Amino acid sequence: MTEIFGVPLPALFGQLMLGLVNGSFYAMLSLGLAVIFGLLGVVNFAHGALYMIGAYVAWYGMDRWGINYWWALLLGPLLVGILGVVIERLLLKRLYKLDPLYGLLLTFGLALIFQGVFQQYYGSSGQSYSAPEQLSGATNLGFMFLPNYRGWVVAVSLVVCFGTWFLIERTQLGALLRAGTENPALVQAFGVNVPLMVTLTYAGGAALAGLAGVLAAPVIQVSPLMGSNLIIVVFAVVVIGGMGSIVGSIVTGLVLGLIEGLTKVFYPEASGVVVFVIMAIVLMIRPAGLFGKGA
Amino acid sequence: MSDARAPEGAGLALGKAEDKSVSWLGTGTQRASKLAWLVGLLVLVVAPFVGVYPIFVMTALCFAIFAMAFNLLLGYTGLLSFGHAAFFGGAAYVTGWLVHEQHWSPELGLLAGMGAAAAAGLVVGLIAIRRQGIYFAMVTLALAQMLAYGFEHASFTGGEDGIQGIQRGKLLGLLPLDGDIALYFFVLAVFVAVFALVLRIVHSPYGQVLKAIRENEPRAISLGYNVDRYKLLAFVLSASLAGLGGGLKSLVLHLATAQDIRWEQSGEVILMTLLGGLGTFAGPVVGAFTVVGLQNLLSDKVGSWTGVIIGVIFVLCVVAFRKGIVGELLAWHKRRSQKS
Repeated sequence: MTEIFGVPLPALFGQLMLGLVNGSFYAMLSLGLAVIFGLLGVVNFAHGALYMIGAYVAWYGMDRWGINYWWALLLGPLLVGILGVVIERLLLKRLYKLDPLYGLLLTFGLALIFQGVFQQYYGSSGQSYSAPEQLSGATNLGFMFLPNYRGWVVAVSLVVCFGTWFLIERTQLGALLRAGTENPALVQAFGVNVPLMVTLTYAGGAALAGLAGVLAAPVIQVSPLMGSNLIIVVFAVVVIGGMGSIVGSIVTGLVLGLIEGLTKVFYPEASGVVVFVIMAIVLMIRPAGLFGKGA
Repeated sequence: MSDARAPEGAGLALGKAEDKSVSWLGTGTQRASKLAWLVGLLVLVVAPFVGVYPIFVMTALCFAIFAMAFNLLLGYTGLLSFGHAAFFGGAAYVTGWLVHEQHWSPELGLLAGMGAAAAAGLVVGLIAIRRQGIYFAMVTLALAQMLAYGFEHASFTGGEDGIQGIQRGKLLGLLPLDGDIALYFFVLAVFVAVFALVLRIVHSPYGQVLKAIRENEPRAISLGYNVDRYKLLAFVLSASLAGLGGGLKSLVLHLATAQDIRWEQSGEVILMTLLGGLGTFAGPVVGAFTVVGLQNLLSDKVGSWTGVIIGVIFVLCVVAFRKGIVGELLAWHKRRSQKS
């Protein structure tokens, strides 16, 4: 058996794969955060809770109504997106003229509410949700066994991230979005319904979180706290990547997932903090983040 | 007030709206507010003798210290730290462990807890002040999470259970604090001391510079102030006072657990400050008593719905009640005095 630094290769690849899966979730969540922040100037603390709700949509649909995974993949983002519309129209809208910190505080309160409600109804323990038959099992890649579902998660995440990038950077709609980020008043003057665009952007970011939640449901235990544990790491990812950049959040998310996976192999004790340590180092060297512009 | 905002919302104070009432003691209502404070102190002194549960008041006082420390940073310097629980809960662990396992006297344990919080505050502050506004909030949150992770996995903190059954020991080796009344007056004395200290800081030339940074950081820089040093000192001061509150709490409740160090706790102190009234002097104290009181009341009545209700209050505060209780009172007072 081949080894690297005393670690058997299959174990190394296994952890790297796991890291890549985590990185996919980081990338999707930090992408959603970046999109929302870009246009709304709001750091969406509720993002973790929305991700958790997405996972619960999948679990609940299966448990109560026998809705299969493929429908959940559609239904999860849709419902979470609708919830996003409600949040934006009802609450966030009132805060745009104020300090951006208020948006952070508001969504923090929302995160507490969502988390509390789900804890109330489903307890703190995790629910398991099994992957669909088509994606169960594993494929022998020669150097390692790849569990099909993990490969699927990474593939979907890459497609979604690339799609979002394409939408924002290469289409007419994306051009309007970017223009709205720079100067909403001017875009409004050109006859674009900016408030609607803002609402849909928040809904879109929320839907991304919901989709990540559905994707995550078979990999991890579905529990009310799954989002709050993740969101802080994602915040660190966002700080490392620099909030302004779409590509930055995707790349940083994936790379940090891999680094975390590697840490699990070589120095497991540090795997819980490695992202934060990297964040501290990046802040020391490049305060604006790796992909950020200006301070 | 000029509104020259730095791009990232540099040094932007949430409490700007309450600018004219930066300190309750500093405005025209001086005599009335002094009177209010005296009455408040008198109530606190009498409280344990008229049937108020001393543990409740002590807990609220510990949180009031925590919230005052937090307000020094947010209300007066304009820095939103989302990681203050690390200092509060971390110091609770340190104080609890030293007093319980190493049999240090309580005052030394508290000082050591403060010292640990100050050291942690120095490190976190050094990294975090490189960013501003919401980035500052996110960086402090992430670093606090890292500290929390470290504490929860350290061998001396007892993991999930925390440190339980902490003996309070004897103050200065003389005065046993086991009785609730003895501890009550010790906590009250510490509270008054912290109160006086924060008051002194806010009204010192140093405090004026902090407010200048809050109002307009670029201008403070152009006036030649080393803004980063001022911010860092404010951060360290705030962290160590938060640590004092946490250490005291571990003595009051005989307990130091992971609950005090998690991000929910960081959010709670923000809520206390916001609900009481940001950048007002009485706000954090009023907020701490309100939130702790509410939690006590609610946990009896509705049990685990408490977290949800706290979240709802949080949202309502942000959407409709940004001045907080004290801020609204002050505004009301101002309107009335303008009429007459």
